[in-house]
Amino acid sequence: MTTAVSFAKVSRHFGAVRAVDNVDLSIAEGEFFAMLGPSGSGKTTCLRLIAGFEQPTSGHIEIFGTTVEHVPPYRRNVNTVFQDYALFPHMNIIDNVAYGLMIRGMNKADRHAAANEALELVALPGYGERRPGQLSGGQRQRVALARALVNKPKVLLLDEPLGALDLKLREQMQEELKILQRKLGITFVFVTHDQGEALSMADRVAVFNDGKIQQIGSPQDIYQRPESRFVADFVGSSNVLEPGFVKQLTGKESYASLRPEAIRIVSADGHSATVTGSSYLGGTTRISLALGDMRIGALIPADQAVPENGTTVQISWQENDLHLMEGAQ
Amino acid sequence: MRSDGKQRAPWGLKLAAGLGLAFMHLPIALIFVYAFTTEDKSYQWPPPGFTLKWLEVTWNRPDVWEALKLSLQTATISTLIAMVLGTLCAAAVSRTKFFGRETISLLVILPIALPGIITGIALRSAFSIADIPFSIWTIILGHATFCVVVVYNNAVARFRRTSGSLVEASMDLGANSFQTFRHVILPNIGTALLAGGMLAFALSFDEVIVTTFTAGQQSTLPIWMLEELVRPRQRPVTNVVAMVVVLVTVLPILAAYYLTRDGDQVAGSGK
Amino acid sequence: MTATSASNAKTVQSESAVLPGQGGITGSLSDKFWRNPKLLLILMLTPPALWLGIIYLGSLFALLAQSFFSIDEFSGMVQYELTLKTYGELFRPANLDIIIRTVSMAAIVTFAAACVAFPIGYFAARYARGKWKALFYIGVMLPLWSSYLVKVYAWKLILAKEGILTWIFTKLHLTWLLEAWLAIPIIGGYSLSVSYTGTFLVFLYVWLPFMVLPVQAALERVPGSFIEASGDLGATPGQTFRHVIFPLALPGIVAGSIFTFSLTLGDYIIPQIVGSSRLFIGQAVYAQQGTAGNIPLAAAFTVVPIVIMGFYLWGAKRMGAFDAL
Repeated sequence: MTTAVSFAKVSRHFGAVRAVDNVDLSIAEGEFFAMLGPSGSGKTTCLRLIAGFEQPTSGHIEIFGTTVEHVPPYRRNVNTVFQDYALFPHMNIIDNVAYGLMIRGMNKADRHAAANEALELVALPGYGERRPGQLSGGQRQRVALARALVNKPKVLLLDEPLGALDLKLREQMQEELKILQRKLGITFVFVTHDQGEALSMADRVAVFNDGKIQQIGSPQDIYQRPESRFVADFVGSSNVLEPGFVKQLTGKESYASLRPEAIRIVSADGHSATVTGSSYLGGTTRISLALGDMRIGALIPADQAVPENGTTVQISWQENDLHLMEGAQ
Repeated sequence: MRSDGKQRAPWGLKLAAGLGLAFMHLPIALIFVYAFTTEDKSYQWPPPGFTLKWLEVTWNRPDVWEALKLSLQTATISTLIAMVLGTLCAAAVSRTKFFGRETISLLVILPIALPGIITGIALRSAFSIADIPFSIWTIILGHATFCVVVVYNNAVARFRRTSGSLVEASMDLGANSFQTFRHVILPNIGTALLAGGMLAFALSFDEVIVTTFTAGQQSTLPIWMLEELVRPRQRPVTNVVAMVVVLVTVLPILAAYYLTRDGDQVAGSGK
Repeated sequence: MTATSASNAKTVQSESAVLPGQGGITGSLSDKFWRNPKLLLILMLTPPALWLGIIYLGSLFALLAQSFFSIDEFSGMVQYELTLKTYGELFRPANLDIIIRTVSMAAIVTFAAACVAFPIGYFAARYARGKWKALFYIGVMLPLWSSYLVKVYAWKLILAKEGILTWIFTKLHLTWLLEAWLAIPIIGGYSLSVSYTGTFLVFLYVWLPFMVLPVQAALERVPGSFIEASGDLGATPGQTFRHVIFPLALPGIVAGSIFTFSLTLGDYIIPQIVGSSRLFIGQAVYAQQGTAGNIPLAAAFTVVPIVIMGFYLWGAKRMGAFDAL
C-alpha cells in the first residue's frame, strides 16, 4: 500500500512552545484518517504542516514519497477545507470553486464546467451565481469542499470541518463525507476535537495530546483498548481504575480502563459502591459512584430502576471489559 | 422595568444629542448664506440682500484658481504616496507579529498625535538645515507624512476583518504570493484603500497648519483663506471660496463613507 | 500558460504530489517569501519606515537638538553650543504664562467636549438604528472632515459684533446677559470674537467630532444587556450611568481627549483669529521661529506639548484607550 503522508520525527516549535513534538506518522493512500485531540494538542499544526502553512522546526515530511519541506503550499497537490470555510467574499460560488483551476490557467468555459460538476458532487447544483454570504453554514461548507475537490488533490485536509454546524446537520454531513471519500478514493485527513466524529468517520484515529501522538489505531482499538489514561479519559470518558485496585483483581499493578456501559448493577457478589448522583440522558441514565477512593461512572439502560443517591449498590463487569494500560502513568 | 425605555430614548438625551448635532452643523450652514449676501464690508446678520454676483467675481480671480490648482496637485500626489506607504505598513502590521510592530504603529500615528505645528516647524527647520528650497514637493513631503495614518487605519481595520485564512486558502488552491495579492487581497481591501485615499485627499486638501511652514511663498487654497482671515481684503470672495471648499471636501467624505459602511466605522478616527 | 500546457499540467498534477514551480520572477520570488517570511516583511516595512523615520523623525530630532542651542542676545545669531539656557527661558514669567494659559484652555476644552459629545455618542450608539444611525454617523463625519479654516471662518461670522449671535441675543432681549458675560474679567472682553470665551467656543466646535467618534465607538461596545442587568439588579438610571456606562465609556473619552488636548495645545491659528491678543504655545512657537528668528526657543516651546502628550499617551495606553481609537 502506498503511503500518502509520512512524518518522521517532526517537530514544530513556536518559541518555547512545542506545538508538535517529535511526531512519527504514516497515512496510507485512500485512508480516512482522523487527528483527534483537545485544543492546543498539536493536531491542527500537524494538518498545517501537511498543507505547507507551517514549516517543521525539525524532522522530515513526505507526501507520496516526495520530500515537501521546501515546497510552498501553492505547489503542493494537497487541498484544505478550512474551519471557517474561507470562501472568498468578493467572488460568487462558481468563481470560488473554480479559483484553483483559474490559477492553473484553465480557460473559463472548462473551469466553470468542472466547478459545476463539483457543485453537483456536493449536492449544490445551480448555486453558482450566489455569493458566499447568501448561503447557510452547511451550504458554505459544501462549497468549501467542492472548491478543494475540484483540483483533484492527492490528499484532502479538513480542519474541524463540521465544527460550526448544528447537531443534525453534522450527523448528516458525517455520513455524506464518508460516502464521498469512498467514492473518490482520495486520502482524507481531518482534524477534530469531537471523539464521536472521529470514531464514526475515520478508518484510523490518531489521538493527540501536548504535541505528541498518544495512540494510533482503529476506532475500535481507541475506544475499547485505550493505551493511556489520557486516551481512556478523552475518548468517551472511560473510568480509570487505580493500580492498587487493579492489582487485587488481576494481580498486576497497572492502571486499567473500564467503559461506563460495561458496568452492571447486580443483586449480589459484586463490588460495593455508593451512588453519589445520577443524570438522565434519554436512552440511558448515567450514575456516579464512589468505589473506594475512586469516582466512576456507569450507564444503565433506561428501563432499569435508578438507585437513590446515598444507597450502596453492588456492581460488576465482564473480566475482558477491564483493559490494562501498560506503561501508563 | 425599563422595557419601554429600551426602544425610546429619554427626551433629555434626545434633546442633548439633537442640540449637539445642531451645534456641529449650523455654523457650516451659515457659510452658505453668507456666500450670497450683498453686504461686502462687514459680517452683518441678517444679510441685507442676496446676490449671485460674488460667484462670478470669484470665478474670475486668477489667484483663487492658482491656489486651487496647487491644492489639488498637492492633495493628489500626497494621497498616492500615503496610499502606498499606509498599505504596506498595514499589511506588515496585521499579517505578522514581529518585534517592534507597536513601534511602527506609534510611528505612523505620531504625525497626527503630535500637534501639527511641531511637524511643521520640524520640517521647516530640517529644510533649512538641508538647504532644500521650498516647492510643491516640500508641501507634499509634509502632507504625505500625516496622510499615511488615515490610509493605514482604514487598511488595518479591513485587514482585521478579512480572515487570515483567505490568504491561506488562496495559496492552498495554488496561487503564489503575487497571484494571491491580485486575486484575493486587493479585491478585499480595495474599497478600504479607496476610502482611506479619499479621506487622505480631504485631509491634505484643507491642511493649513503644517503647510504654512512648508509652502514658502506659494499659496494653497487654505493658505489663501488664512491670509484672508488674518487680513480680510475680499470678504465676499472669501465667503464663496469657503462654500466651495465645503462642497469639495464633502464629496470624497461621503464617498468614503459609502465604501466602508458595512462594518468598519473607523474611517474618521484616523484624522 | 497556453491551453495545451495547462492541460499537461492537469495530467501532471493528478500523478504527482508536488506541482512544478511556476517559474518566472514572481514564481521564484514567491517561493523565497514563503521560505523566508521575514524577507517580505522587511520589504514591506522598509519604504514606510524610511519615509517616516528619515523625513519625520529626522526632522523632529533635528528640531529637538536645536532646543539645546541658544541665541546670542546681541547678534541674534544661533550659538551652536549645548546648553540648557533656552529651556531656562521657558520659565520666565511671560513664557510660563503662555504655557499655563494653553494647558488650561486645552483642559477646559477637553472637558467641555466630553460633556457635549457624550449624549451624542450615547444616543447614536444605543438608540439610533438603521437610517438614523447612518445619519448620525455622517452627521459627525462631515464636520470632522470639513475644512478646518472654513469652520474657523464660520465662527468669525458668528461671533462678529454685527453677527448672528448678537442678533439672536437682541431678538431674545438678552443683550444684558451677553454684556454681563463680557464684563467678567479674563473670560470677557470687548466682544466675543476677541475674548477667551470666543476662543473656547471655536476650539470646542472644531475639535468636538474628534471626541464624539471614539466615545460612540466605546459605547457601541457596551452590550445593552449590561444596562438591563444593572437595572435588574436594582440600580437607578443614575447609578447605572455612574457604575456601568461611564467606566466602560471612559477609554473612549480618553481616546477622544488625546485629540482634543493635543490639537488645542498645538493650535496657533484659532487664537490668532478669534481671541484676545495674548499668546498660546502655538503662536509663541510661530512667532519665535518666524519674526523673532529664535529657533532654539521655538524648539524648546515645542518640547512642552511633546512632553505633555508623551505623559498623556502613556497614561491613555495604560487605560486601554488605544483599543478605543
